[in-house]
This record gives sequence, structure tokens and C-alpha cells, in this order.
Amino acid sequence: MIDKALKGDTRYWIWLAFLLGVMTLGGLSYVQQFKYGLGYTGMSRDVSWGVYIAQFTFLVGVAAGGVMLVLPYYLHDFKAFGRITVLGEFMAIAAVSMCLMFILADLGQPARVLNVILHPTPNSMLFWDMIVLNGYLFLNIICGWVILNAEAKEVPPPKWVKPFVYISIPWAISIHTVTAFLYAGLPGRHFWLTAIMAPRFLASAFAAGPALLLICAMAMKKYANFDPGEKAVNKLCTIISYAAIANFFFIGLEFFTAYYSNIPGHMHTLDYLFFGLEGHDNLVPFMRFSMVLGLIATIAIMVPAVRRNDRYLVITCAALFLALWIDKGVGLVLGGFVPNPLEYITEYVPTFGELMITAGIWATGFFILTILYKVALAVDRQIHG
Amino acid sequence: MYDKEKIIPGLIVFVLIAVFPILYNRGNAGHIPNPEKPKAARECVRPVQDMRESHMQLLIDWRTDVIRDNGARYATAAGGTRYARSLQLGCMKCHDSKRKFCDECHNYAAVKPYCWDCHIEPKENM
Amino acid sequence: MDIKRRKFLKLAGLSAVAGIGAPSAFNMLLRGEVSASEGKPSGHGGGEGHGAASTTKYRYGIVIDVRKFASIKGLAGKCIKACHTIHNVPNYGNKKDEIKWVWVESYEHAFPEHSQYKRNERLHKLPILTMCNHCDNPPCVRACPTQATFKNKENGIIMMDYHRCIGCRFCMAACPYGARSFNWRNPREKDSQGRYRFLERINPDYPCRMRGVVEKCTLCVERIDRGQIPACVEATGNTGAMIFGDLNDPNSEISRVLRETFTIQRKPAVGTHPSLFYII
Repeated sequence: MIDKALKGDTRYWIWLAFLLGVMTLGGLSYVQQFKYGLGYTGMSRDVSWGVYIAQFTFLVGVAAGGVMLVLPYYLHDFKAFGRITVLGEFMAIAAVSMCLMFILADLGQPARVLNVILHPTPNSMLFWDMIVLNGYLFLNIICGWVILNAEAKEVPPPKWVKPFVYISIPWAISIHTVTAFLYAGLPGRHFWLTAIMAPRFLASAFAAGPALLLICAMAMKKYANFDPGEKAVNKLCTIISYAAIANFFFIGLEFFTAYYSNIPGHMHTLDYLFFGLEGHDNLVPFMRFSMVLGLIATIAIMVPAVRRNDRYLVITCAALFLALWIDKGVGLVLGGFVPNPLEYITEYVPTFGELMITAGIWATGFFILTILYKVALAVDRQIHG
Repeated sequence: MYDKEKIIPGLIVFVLIAVFPILYNRGNAGHIPNPEKPKAARECVRPVQDMRESHMQLLIDWRTDVIRDNGARYATAAGGTRYARSLQLGCMKCHDSKRKFCDECHNYAAVKPYCWDCHIEPKENM
Repeated sequence: MDIKRRKFLKLAGLSAVAGIGAPSAFNMLLRGEVSASEGKPSGHGGGEGHGAASTTKYRYGIVIDVRKFASIKGLAGKCIKACHTIHNVPNYGNKKDEIKWVWVESYEHAFPEHSQYKRNERLHKLPILTMCNHCDNPPCVRACPTQATFKNKENGIIMMDYHRCIGCRFCMAACPYGARSFNWRNPREKDSQGRYRFLERINPDYPCRMRGVVEKCTLCVERIDRGQIPACVEATGNTGAMIFGDLNDPNSEISRVLRETFTIQRKPAVGTHPSLFYII
């Protein structure tokens, strides 16, 4: 079935060549990092996780977001998602692949990564994260591929795949819960030490994931003559808007707890992110922009006129995706390190090479996504003509 | 078979290229490793053959035993020699040249253990 | 009838497995926390102030008399130098690559949760010697995905296996005391003349570390095993600025000092039960 990805027009090949180019640059930068050590990045003793772990965290959310298609379609028999559910599963595959690459890029000793399996440690959340992420990748490959294969042959999907589909639903929740636990269980990091970390992660994931999916679906509608269906688009918009509202509600709760309780440790990071702390404010413009943009996009996506206009819809989804990316893919992870446990402020700025590696991994993810979507599109065209 | 006239010569060329290094070096064993034995020491912590075969496992076992299982840091060999169960403080106290001892075989076998990324070889000074 | 019975047995079997398995799995997750909460008044900071009794045979700790460090100039520097020389700790001269096992902190940074309002002048100039607290309930050990950092079963020291560390830096995020350092680059990098750039002198009896692993104070476990005391404690000589000993032994000097003197620990509220105590 993969052969379907080998036939495409010029635009398709140019896009793939562009991605390959970025991947090559990322790969070359990684060779540099591998040779020098992680000092190649902007990370330091005080900010010991940077853009890699932040991207990883955000992308786990994008992967989990795929469940917002699987769940209505398989559990509630919402037929309108029939044509795009596989897109959700394939997006999860691409996103989890990126997650694993980001983890690998972040390791000081990448060659020893199998130590996590060789010396299994159930009290470490990272051990569980390894299990749920690989499990989720496996589940989505099975569900997405087998069902698409059956569709291509125009036979009903085999019965044995159903349990995997049903398992994948709670599993999606689990990947982001465990990822939240990486942060929410650490003493001495006030900003992360919050019981609503997991729900907050899930809410932003269920907005960001479907938003990206909608952007992809709209792009395919424009360039590849693929129609996701008005009903499906509408439903996705509803899902995105509720999830986004929940996300901003949770952020509001964090503000309340910090500022009403007036506990310095709880206020410090929010101060740093949104108002500046002792003159350190390099994330303030981003965080404020993210909040404003996110709130506007959340309101916009509830307006019927926006939903009906493909172009407005794509802009709105892109705005929301960007806002959530800044909030989680930048502020949440980096903010947690400021101030450090001894209340020193060290700011972090990623290096150029670090950004190249990051871009390279994103490009690899989009490469996987493009190939998978190309196959899905070919099958869709074969059925729907 | 289709394209017989292309495939068979191709296979022959491939096999020739693959076995060329062996044919070229026939009858030549190359440089035989000859690790220098310590002059002063009477015995090693294990019989020589054991050490040749599994010194790396012994080092790993010492490490795990000493740091995780509170094993002794010192032990006594069969012939009564007391030694430290440690690469730097044990092995290298007798085998006092990494170049003449370790590297001899490691280079021959083309293995690059990363011991010396952290551990300090004898007489290595600033 | 038969089918029903089989179903019932299956169900009963499953619930039995779950019933037996779940608590032990749960305990495994909470390993280390169990001892802290067993039969102890669990007030602020574990109720006992100085931490609950340890499950290890020995529990080594240090009392640091900050008054002595304040009155004897250069004493803290001597401790740091002793430690960093013996353990081949590199000095990069910049904050980004920085590696430190023991260092001097100001009072407000070492004890940030204490009120700073109208504090005695003396406090702000105090050199607080800080290092790994060798917690009885260490969050770094909980976080490590490979057991590369672990609590020694016999002496309670929090140790590192540099061969096993994958460099994920989860322990650094987990440590509430900022005691851990990462090797961002090769500590044994040489200059054009073949000299080490970041190591002034090399102690041939102790290894270095390689880039990509986390390191920290080991309470000089290699010295303790040989019957010596930690290098920093030794450096204080007979000033009495640091008292090292077994907290589990009620007759040890450290236990006596803790009984008779008012001491504080860093961040007792996070429940880590540090083994370092400060006389301010």
C-alpha cells in the first residue's frame, strides 16, 4: 500500500524535497551536538531542559489529540468522521515519532537509551512514559494501517483489530497523563506541582491536535481535492472550541491559586512568564501574545461565519495552534526552571544549532505525516472517486 | 533465468571484491598482540585464561558489587595477593602502562572500550 | 450452569490477582515513602523535625556549623578545593557549563522559604556550605528511569552509576536543592599543548566523568569505605565546623550534637528528610 506514496505531482515532490532538505540540516546539526555534547544547546545547570523536552511535551498532546476523532467515530458511531479518523491516527503516528526523536536528541548518552528497558524502574515516570508512548505508536500503526488496508481492498476491517481500537482510546489519555506526571510530581518546582497539570495538558492537547488535523484536512481539500465533509468539520470545530475553553479555564485556575493564596513560590513563575521577574522578562511578549491570540481564536472558532469560510477557519486553527504551542511548547517547560530551587534566575535562549535540530525533527514528523496522508488520500480517492 | 549474462558476471565480480582482502593478506597473520606482563607481580586476580576471556565482565561485576551491593573494595587472590577491586586502583597498579598492556589487544581486536573517557591511566599527568 | 460457573471463576481469579497485585504495585511506586509515614506523627517536615528514622543500616549525615565558617575566613573555600581536587571536578569558569559538588550559598538562597524581613545583618553575609543532602527520601532516585542514581542499601548514601546514566536530567529537575550538575561537554578537553583545559590537577586515584552524564557529591563514599571521613569534613580540621557521623547511632557525636543544639535543614517542607543539618 505504501507504493501509493510514490505517485504524486510536482508540488508533492517539491514539498518532500524541502522537508528532506530541512531534515538534512537538522541531521548535520545533530552530528555536531553528538560530537560536542549537549553544551551545543543553550541549556545550563539551572535550565536543564530546553526546547527539545518542550517540543516533546507539546507533541505528546498532538498525538493524544487524535483520540478526539477515534472516540466519536468508534465509540459513538459518529459516521461523519469516517473519512478523517484515519487522518487522526496517522497524525498520532507522526507526532509520537517526533516525541521519541526529541527524547533521543535530549539524551546526554543516546547510545544507552535501552538502559531504560534493561533496568526497568517502575517508580520513575519516565519509565512509564517510555511504555505508554511506544505502546501508543504501536496501537496507532496497527489501527490506522490495518483499517486503511481493509478499506483499500473494500472489505470490512478484521475483527481482531477492534480491541486495539478500544484500547487506544484510554491509552491516548494515558500518554498525556503520564507526561504531565513527569512534571507534576517534582517537589521544589512550584509551577509544575499542580494536580491539574494532567487535565490542563489534555485540554490543550484536545484543542491543538484537532486544530492541526483541521489545517491538514483543509490543505488537502484545497490542493488534493479531498472533502472532509461539512458535518465533520463542524464537529471538529465544536471539539476544538470546548477543549480550548477548558484549557483557558485551567490556566485561569492556576492564576487564581497562585495570586489569591499569595504564596511567593507559586507566583514566581507566573510573574516571570507574564509580567517579568526582577527584570527578567524574555518570555513575557510571547506568553502575552499567546494568551491574547488563543482567546481570540477560541472565540472566533465558535462563530458560524468563520467555520463556513475555509480560509478563516484555517487562519483561526493556525492561530490557536500557535497560541497553544507557545503556552505549552515554550512557556510551560522553560518557565518551570525559573526561578530555580535556590531562587536564582537564569534565562535560557536556544542556540541556532539546537533550533536546527528541532526544525529537522519537525520536518521528519511532517515527512512521515505527508507520506501517510498521501496513502490515505489515495485510498480515499479510490473509494469515493 | 533472465539476464543471465549480466547477473552471473556481476555475482562473480561481487564475490571477488568481497574476498579480496582475505586473498591479499593470505599467509600473513599481521601484528600479533603481545601485552606486556608486569615484572614485579607474582599472580593476577584470576587465572590468565579467565582474564583473557572475561576481564570485562569481571570489571562490571566488581562495579555492581562494590557500589550497589556493598561488596568489599579489597579482595585476596588465590595465591594470597591482596588487591583493590578497581580498575584504576587495582588492575593498573600492576599493569602500569595502558599503551603496552590494554591497547595491545584492544587495537588488534579493533575494540574501543570507553574506560578511559572517565578513568585515568597510570602516570597520566597534566 | 457450567458456563456461568466458569465465568464466575474467571472473574474471581481476575479480581484476586488484581487484589493481590495492586497494593504491592502501589507500594512499589511509593517505595521510600513508606518508611517515612509509618507510625510517625506526620506533621510539617515529617513531624520529627530532623527526619524519620532511616531504613538503611547506617545513615551518614553532616552537621554544618555556619558560625565557624563565618568566623574562620577561607574555611569554606578550603572544603570546596579539597573536594573538587580529590574528585577531579572540572572548573569551566562560566555558569552555563558549571559543575559543582559543594559550594557556598548565601542565606537567602540556601533557605529561600525563611522570612528575610528585618533579618539580622549577620545572616546575609553567612557562607552557607551547600551540597547534596543525601536525603532519606530522595526525589532524584524516584525520578531516575535506570536506577543510575540510587540510595545505597547499607549506608543510605545517594550514589551515581556513571556507566548507567543516560543523561536525561530528570534527576536535576527533581532535586529541590539544585545539587546536581550535568556534563554539558567533555570535562577532559585538552588545549593545543595537550593540557587539560578545565582541570588544574588530576587525582590519579579517582576517575573523571564523561560528557553526557549527571554528577554530584557522593559524600566521599569511597573514603568512608576505607574508614576515612569526607574530604570537606577533613578539610575543616579540628575547627568543629563540620561534624560527620552516623545518624542511626544514638551514641555518635553527630546524634549528640543534634540532640543538644538547635539545627535547621533545607526545605524540610518538601519531605525529603535531608541528612545535612545547619547551625546558624
